Amino acid sequence: MKRLIIRRLLFGLLTLFLVSVVIFAATEILPGNAARALLGRDATPDALAAAVARLHLDRPLTTQYGLWLGGILTGQPGNSLVNGRSVLGQVMPRVENSLTLLVLAGLVGVPISLLAGIFAASRRSGFFDNVVSVTALGLAATPEFVVGFFTVIVFATSVFHWLPPVSMVAPGASVLARPQILVLPVLTLILVIFPYLFRMIRSSMIEILQSDYVEMARLKGVSRGRIIFVHALPNAIAPTVQVIALTFAYLAGGVVLVEYVFAYPGIGQSLIYAIFARDVPVIQFEVILLAAFYVGLNILADLITILVTPKLRARAWQTS
Amino acid sequence: MTRVLGRILSLGSGAVGLALVLIVVAIALIGPFVAPHSPTAFVSFSFAHPTGKYPLGTDMMGHDTLSRVLKGGWRILIMSTGATILGVGTGALFGIWAGYAKGVTDEAIMRAADVLMAFPQIILALLFISLLGPRLWLLTVLVGAIHAPQVARVFRAATLRVAGEDFVRHAESLGVAAWKIILREILPNVTSPLMVEFGLRLAYSVTLIAGLSFLGFGVQPPTPDWGTMINENRIGLMASPWPVLIPILLIALLTIGMNLLTDALARAMLGGARRVDLASPPIEDMPGAAEREIAVAGVLR
Amino acid sequence: MSAAADNREALAVTGLEVAMAGVGLPVVSDASFTLKPGEILGLVGESGSGKTTLGLGLLAHHRRGLVISQGRVMIDGRDLLTIPAHDLPAIRKSLIRYVPQDSGTALNPALRIRTQLAENFDDPGKVDDDTLIALLEEVKLPGKRGLLRAYPHQLSGGQQQRVAIAMAFAGHPRVVVMDEPTTGLDVTTQAHVLQTVRQLCREHDIAAVYVSHDLAVVASLAQRVAVMYAGRIVEIGPTDQVLRRPLHPYTTALIKAVPDIDKRSRIEGIPGQAPEPGRRPPGCSYAPRCPLVIPACRAEMPALRDQIEGHAVRCIRPGESIGGAEATLLAPTAAASQPAPVLRLASLVAHYGATEILHGISFDVPERGCVALVGESGSGKTTLARTIGGLHAEVHGGMFFRGAPLPAGSRHRNAELRRRIQYVFQNPYASLNPRRSIGQSIAIALQTFESPGRTELRRRISEALEQVALPASAASRRPHELSGGQLQRAAIARALVVKPELLICDEVTSALDVSVQAVIIALLSDLQRDHGLSMLFITHNLALVRSIAQSAVVMQSGRIIEAGEIDQVLDHPQAAETKLLLADVPRFESAVA
Repeated sequence: MKRLIIRRLLFGLLTLFLVSVVIFAATEILPGNAARALLGRDATPDALAAAVARLHLDRPLTTQYGLWLGGILTGQPGNSLVNGRSVLGQVMPRVENSLTLLVLAGLVGVPISLLAGIFAASRRSGFFDNVVSVTALGLAATPEFVVGFFTVIVFATSVFHWLPPVSMVAPGASVLARPQILVLPVLTLILVIFPYLFRMIRSSMIEILQSDYVEMARLKGVSRGRIIFVHALPNAIAPTVQVIALTFAYLAGGVVLVEYVFAYPGIGQSLIYAIFARDVPVIQFEVILLAAFYVGLNILADLITILVTPKLRARAWQTS
Repeated sequence: MTRVLGRILSLGSGAVGLALVLIVVAIALIGPFVAPHSPTAFVSFSFAHPTGKYPLGTDMMGHDTLSRVLKGGWRILIMSTGATILGVGTGALFGIWAGYAKGVTDEAIMRAADVLMAFPQIILALLFISLLGPRLWLLTVLVGAIHAPQVARVFRAATLRVAGEDFVRHAESLGVAAWKIILREILPNVTSPLMVEFGLRLAYSVTLIAGLSFLGFGVQPPTPDWGTMINENRIGLMASPWPVLIPILLIALLTIGMNLLTDALARAMLGGARRVDLASPPIEDMPGAAEREIAVAGVLR
Repeated sequence: MSAAADNREALAVTGLEVAMAGVGLPVVSDASFTLKPGEILGLVGESGSGKTTLGLGLLAHHRRGLVISQGRVMIDGRDLLTIPAHDLPAIRKSLIRYVPQDSGTALNPALRIRTQLAENFDDPGKVDDDTLIALLEEVKLPGKRGLLRAYPHQLSGGQQQRVAIAMAFAGHPRVVVMDEPTTGLDVTTQAHVLQTVRQLCREHDIAAVYVSHDLAVVASLAQRVAVMYAGRIVEIGPTDQVLRRPLHPYTTALIKAVPDIDKRSRIEGIPGQAPEPGRRPPGCSYAPRCPLVIPACRAEMPALRDQIEGHAVRCIRPGESIGGAEATLLAPTAAASQPAPVLRLASLVAHYGATEILHGISFDVPERGCVALVGESGSGKTTLARTIGGLHAEVHGGMFFRGAPLPAGSRHRNAELRRRIQYVFQNPYASLNPRRSIGQSIAIALQTFESPGRTELRRRISEALEQVALPASAASRRPHELSGGQLQRAAIARALVVKPELLICDEVTSALDVSVQAVIIALLSDLQRDHGLSMLFITHNLALVRSIAQSAVVMQSGRIIEAGEIDQVLDHPQAAETKLLLADVPRFESAVA
């Protein structure tokens, strides 16, 4: 078991390492190097040479990579090319804001989706199931930023005027200081995650309720409630946990668009601005953070799956 | 083929899906020929309300919204189709190859796919766009590249399933060459996933390309484009919702229609015998599923 | 047992009908029978006969898409079919239980054995470990507390099945319905499970319905037998009477199709197929296939009538014999002279990765002979078949085909060798490409070795189909349009079209019903006799080998434990393991109880 977990973690680290190589290679080898991006097209050769030396661009690529990765790992990913401030100092508050958004969406969205999915599965093809399933299909097919604009048009600008259409805050202020700016982004994220969670839970519950062992439990004379809560639910935990983790991993990408819709001061919006400004250190750091979040959640999904599935758990014991 | 089409239409959702797709595609393809005004002509002030002459009012620059909507759809369709053909084609090729060859080839292909899949998808596109600039061909290739590893995973699994069947064993026992086995025994048995995958990916291409345009990395103003229009005009939402609302409606109807149609297609091809709960694109896409498979396979091994 | 007790009925079923929901086509019709406490009824039928549906109907349960449309199921004076749905669980718990076919999927993977056992008692919270251990001991699962804490996947198939049986007998219900509970178990485990069931029913006076496709299993277990055909019970009576003096022509034919391990008799198949629901003719369902059919048979469905005390049959010409049934010896006897063997294996060793699967296998397949390769699952027989067929290449040791070394792996063999050795697979549904017509599949096999012209190709295809008694029109059919038996014949045709010299038949009948199995076996032995084909016949079914082969090789754990002439191996086995295997095979003879 321990060995399995360690193996899974090592595999995740290897993936992250390869991801960092891809990011580094992409940003350093492709045209438009950092020094020129920093100084603009009409930089003097002297200024360019000085910048190249400062950014270690004259060293071999492997050394550059080592310095770069070392910087990130020691919490010193360098300074922004645009304003010269520490990358860490300007990215971390935004990470906090993004996490606030995700946590709120998760706290509200996950229980609602799960309960709806379980209820729909236990009353399959009933009125609730049909209505919610069709809604979920439509929502799942709608791009996140489109969902975001629908909420803006309905709740902020054109139908009702209840909430602010954008989520601006004064620099340095906490997003929690004005909770009303959080409502629409959180609602959008809930609408984005709902269909995946709902459909996956619904279909795994349906599959479980049709399984031989549930039929057997019915024939054994087990009561309806006990079938759902004792026989079916434990088997649904593994797929549920996986889907929750994966949904949030998916949001590592989705949050970029949603934040941009609401001008929400999170890591996604910051990344878009950094790309416009070609602020390479910020881009590198933020992409690696998002990838780490993503890979990390995937690992978490696997580990929890192993822990809650008796079969896998037992195999893991045997192999360790 | 007509039989499958008939079955799709007999499913209510399939007929609705097909109608939605046809309407939006018709607007995008016929629109440019019937647009009443030049999309770049300044016809009025910013965000004018709808009038008889300008039924959807004007946008931020004072262009006619209707004309921009009519002329702003075809690029997204062509790019999405191109990206999907590219992504599904490459993915299917590598997936079938990996699934049938097994061993080292399989490992190499799937590990490479894992690394690509370790990026949140839109981030992967943004990373390259940030370096090479917003170019339409690049967008198309990137969206294709985002699809490829996931498609490869689907086809590898389908191939492994077919390759385990006895009719493939039989062909092997006759000494039939590997490429012939892939072509004659395996490919005809993975056409259903191929078509379903194409439908899902097409809808997801539209989502991604419209999303990247919305972020400002797609078609550049003043050229009209649905995704770009949303970005341009969102500051005027209070004044006039139409320049934003119409493009987002068209994009939503197109992706919803494609999903309904693909869902019906999948059910029709299964003969209605088994209802697949088609996870729509991003769930399939939530990468990491491959990593999970590997981990689980590792446990079971 | 007193006379009064004798008259009690544990279960009385009257006119039970289960139909497809919506369309109303009956899947099971007019099922009526009674069971006494402690009595075991064998419910026998081929696939699609409705035996499982009837078995579930006894619990007032049905699969999705079906409805119980008529009838009464009386247990303890209560009609199960009139009990409201929310009361059913409690009623089932005390009156009637079920043992599923595949306990591997019927035990909840997420719950410990203890939880799943305790649920069968009225108050699961109050059941102590000792009660549960005693229960497990009753089904011969030695009482270890560890077993109670285990999860289902930590148990072997036989142990899982015993747990399922323990669950059914826990708290002693009136009736237990068992649906093929021993399918998939090896014969030794099967024999033990059957013995346990018999003992439990007798000791606790529990009536049982044992659903099975296997006449021999039923013969060794049940006091009475009901034979089902096309959704109806066509014959019911005491086991020895039904099996020895069958009254219905279908029962007669079914018995003739079953291979007998102790006698060398020709097994005969039943031509045609059973009609599906909705295609059942107005009169007797068996009339289209019945050799005794007269016009009156097609007029209306005969009622199930008592012929002899307690022996009822649904036929208007009960007990009439077909007459002139030839009793030809089946397997051709081996050639008198001893020609060089077609295939010789000398100390063959095979691996999967680092694991050695076959340890030094040596035997010959003689010219025009058929060798039966017998073994249970895991014995290595399939690996051996695949090795010879060129599908498994991790091999060393000697393989010789007509005296010349036979390379391992089809890629290392020349076209001529690949043509001369042909392989027929176990599952006919998976061995033909579903996207091609039968004709195309046969053509591709032929074109791999020859380039015949168009007319020649067509001639060879219809010739091959004719050899397996399929009509030429089968060439244009897709696999899903044919039945299992027809598909297996098509697969054999595909092997025959290239004119092979050695045919490897890998469990070719194990996915088929006995009546179809008999047809395939007859076909294979005709081919052997008429075309001089040599054959390696792989099977787990010891009873079958007498009907097809002249010699047998018995395998266990990757080794040969016994080899020799068929009669020698089956009648005078040398190895202790073979003796055990043979003793555990269920037999008709044991019905004389």
